[in-house]
Amino acid sequence: MKNKISLFIVIIFLSFCFVIFYKGLDTPNNYTPKVNEKKNIPTFKVKDFNSNSYINSDKIFEENIFYIVNIWASWCVPCRTEHPLLMQLSKNESIKLIGLNYRDNLDNAKKFIDDFGNPYSRILIDKDGTLGVEFGAYGVPETFLIDKNKDIIKKFVGPINQEIVNEIKLIIK
Amino acid sequence: MLANQIGYYSLILGLLLSVLLCGVSIKDFNNTNKQINQNILSLSFLQLVFVIVSFLSLIISFINSDFSNETVFNNSHTTKPLFYKISGTWGNHEGSLLLWLLVLTLFIFLFLIKSREQPKKYRILTLLFQQIIIIGFFLFVLMTSNPFNYLFPIPNEGLGLNPILQDPALAIHPPILYLGYVGTSIIFSSSLAAVTQNYVSKQWGQHIKKWVLVSWIFLTIGIMLGSIWAYYELGWGGFWFWDPVENVSLMPWLTLTALLHCIAVLERRAALTSWVVILSITTFTLSMCGTFLVRSGILNSVHTFANDPARGIFILIFLFALIVLSLGIFFIFHKENNKNSNDFFWLSRETSILINNWFMMYFLSVVLIGTVYPIFLDVISSEKISVGPPFYQKLIVPFLIPFLLFMSLGPQLKWIKSKIENKNSLIITFIISVMLTFFIIKNLTTDLLFYTVLISAAFFLFFTTLKELFIKKFNNASQTVSHFGFSLLILSILFNNILSSEIITNIKIGERYDYNKGEIFFKKIEERKESNFNSIFAFFEIKDKNGKIIELNPEIRIYNQPVIITSEADIKTTLLEDKFLVMNLVKGNEYFNIRYQVKPFMVWIWISVLLLSLGGLMSLFKRKI
Amino acid sequence: MKVLKIFIILILVISFSESKSNEVNDVSKNKILKNIRCLICQGQSVYDSESEFASSIKLIVDRKINEGLKEKQIYQFLREKYGDWVIFDPQLSKNTYVLWLLPLLLFLFGGAIIYKKIISNKNNKI
Repeated sequence: MKNKISLFIVIIFLSFCFVIFYKGLDTPNNYTPKVNEKKNIPTFKVKDFNSNSYINSDKIFEENIFYIVNIWASWCVPCRTEHPLLMQLSKNESIKLIGLNYRDNLDNAKKFIDDFGNPYSRILIDKDGTLGVEFGAYGVPETFLIDKNKDIIKKFVGPINQEIVNEIKLIIK
Repeated sequence: MLANQIGYYSLILGLLLSVLLCGVSIKDFNNTNKQINQNILSLSFLQLVFVIVSFLSLIISFINSDFSNETVFNNSHTTKPLFYKISGTWGNHEGSLLLWLLVLTLFIFLFLIKSREQPKKYRILTLLFQQIIIIGFFLFVLMTSNPFNYLFPIPNEGLGLNPILQDPALAIHPPILYLGYVGTSIIFSSSLAAVTQNYVSKQWGQHIKKWVLVSWIFLTIGIMLGSIWAYYELGWGGFWFWDPVENVSLMPWLTLTALLHCIAVLERRAALTSWVVILSITTFTLSMCGTFLVRSGILNSVHTFANDPARGIFILIFLFALIVLSLGIFFIFHKENNKNSNDFFWLSRETSILINNWFMMYFLSVVLIGTVYPIFLDVISSEKISVGPPFYQKLIVPFLIPFLLFMSLGPQLKWIKSKIENKNSLIITFIISVMLTFFIIKNLTTDLLFYTVLISAAFFLFFTTLKELFIKKFNNASQTVSHFGFSLLILSILFNNILSSEIITNIKIGERYDYNKGEIFFKKIEERKESNFNSIFAFFEIKDKNGKIIELNPEIRIYNQPVIITSEADIKTTLLEDKFLVMNLVKGNEYFNIRYQVKPFMVWIWISVLLLSLGGLMSLFKRKI
Repeated sequence: MKVLKIFIILILVISFSESKSNEVNDVSKNKILKNIRCLICQGQSVYDSESEFASSIKLIVDRKINEGLKEKQIYQFLREKYGDWVIFDPQLSKNTYVLWLLPLLLFLFGGAIIYKKIISNKNNKI
């Protein structure tokens, strides 16, 4: 009898393990980040790309509209593919794009903007990548959607695509 | 081209032979002859030959850079040195599975010729169980990971081997590791056979111990080679990262070590039969489980192979089929020998071995749970957590203290019933250990109490085994050598941890950097060209506080196929300490990032692992005399 | 045995009275860096990596240490930004009770089995 019970327990346990492993195969092993709860935007002080003077974060997000923070760099190839989409978004009145120039050479960055156009209402310089960390970023490109309460409500790792643009448009409506 | 064909058809023939072998063995099983049919031996030999042929033809494809073969295309390149072309054969998923098959068939063949005095039915059943595993792997290779896939049109050039794998230690690491890792299959098969035949006895214990020892020795050395490689190639001076892939090789080692001790009880007293069988089954199951975790890509690790989900599912199903099979057999056939099982005196060698097993199982549970828990949590609650070195250290290191103490006392005990002899001498040894520890580390660490106790325990084992070695000389020397090696290992790791120092700085050519114990001088760099990489070869002079100057030449290599930049550390090893220098490019300016580490007793870590396995080797050869 | 006891007590007294301050800087910084996962590398720690991400994190940790944050607070800061995944040392929470406690329970369980085996033998003999 005792044997039967332990056999039963073992079988249950093994089936459980099997199911877990089987399901585990489907879930990607690389971390796909997601915003679980709304996060407030960090407060920081940062150098402005154009004026080259320091500016406080509450100054940057002062208007009562949606903001997009887009991390980019001139050396980042995927940034080029998403750039036209950012240009398209920047035409939208109810949203402002803030660019975060990530670990970049300033001259190259200027050239990038001159060549491909400037979708950003303001560009911030993140020379050493630490501002990116404040936002919880992994690298470039990365895009954050910030709502009127100044909460980060969406986070997109990697270049954005038309689908994401549509999603953003739907949210800000 | 031809080699490709030969390799592929040999594999199929090998599979057919497996089926044939099963048929012949079943027929022979009820035959009244005393010895097994000679044909079985020949067939098993033939199967081994086919796998060898298949393996050789893959090697030949690699040597000839035959890019019509997909595996070669993915993992080789014409400019690679010959040695790494050959080692590239098993440095990838498909080729390493061929190595699995090779070890599986080799071990069963050796088993058949080395077990002539064993009962016939037991031998045939072992062969059958082993063939089940072999068939599984043949199917796995042929269905999901064929090493002989054609490519057309034939590419001109291959993709190259990841340069961090182009390394002598890593070239011989897989074959040695697999001899141990896959070698446990024979323990699995024979213990199932023994259970079926109700043959788990003293004789079986003596006979299977050899196989346990062989696997254990290879596994120990294999793990060490991997660790050496990680030390100078992968990490910045670290040698064990508690990475899932490392854990996966450690788990069977723990059960194998437990089994090794436990079999000693079986040999003497015919006790603990169920436990021995469970351990034998668990060991190979853990090997398979490790293969699943590594090959399916379910884990996030430095070493993960490129993967495809079909492989994961195949091994998963195969793994659970084997578990169910073995459990079924265990529950149906196993009869616990009641006469002996409840006969342990509290102070005896048997009890001390039980305690060894108790700790081994605890360490196993920590490593196993730590490795698979993130998977479980992710599936159940979609939460991702990382389980890294601090977890393992917190749960394992404190338990080493009682473990080391038991390890010092256990071997002093006699079988069946014992009392502690030489109490005074033990106490004196203990006091000496504590005093010595205290004076050595008094000024070295902040966590004084904990380290004093831990290192004292290690010294206690060190001195007791040393005394054993000199007093009793050849009486059970193998065990003493191994235990001595273990104490040395723990001591080296601990002192290495406490005494290591490190300097990280950015420096440019011609600059000197002063630190409180000396000076680093970056003399110059040279560019060098090799067939498969260009290198920036640096010259550093390091002056220590005594004014002694050593020269170190770290390297940055830019491999051409695939284009990967690696940093090659330069290490000066002496008996007392390793001096380790590695450098890195700093993006965008003329500075180099360097790390200079002084790591005491590094070489003793490797020496003590060798001593550990030497003990095993001595035990193996003692039996034959 | 008495000698032994006195001796242990002596050692304990000495070691407690000798607790001393330590240099925090580099040693503890490296320890912290070793416990942070480099999120864009396969299974490496920030300490072992030279990637963009890792170097940014190194700067942040430097800055936080200078701001006077303790090891735990730095982990907490990073956890808030990146989730539990970023720290190699899983904290005790409802997600990790099983992880931390199961091995210890198994240890106790194993001890109980061995104890029972020996005790039952004692009883038989008497």
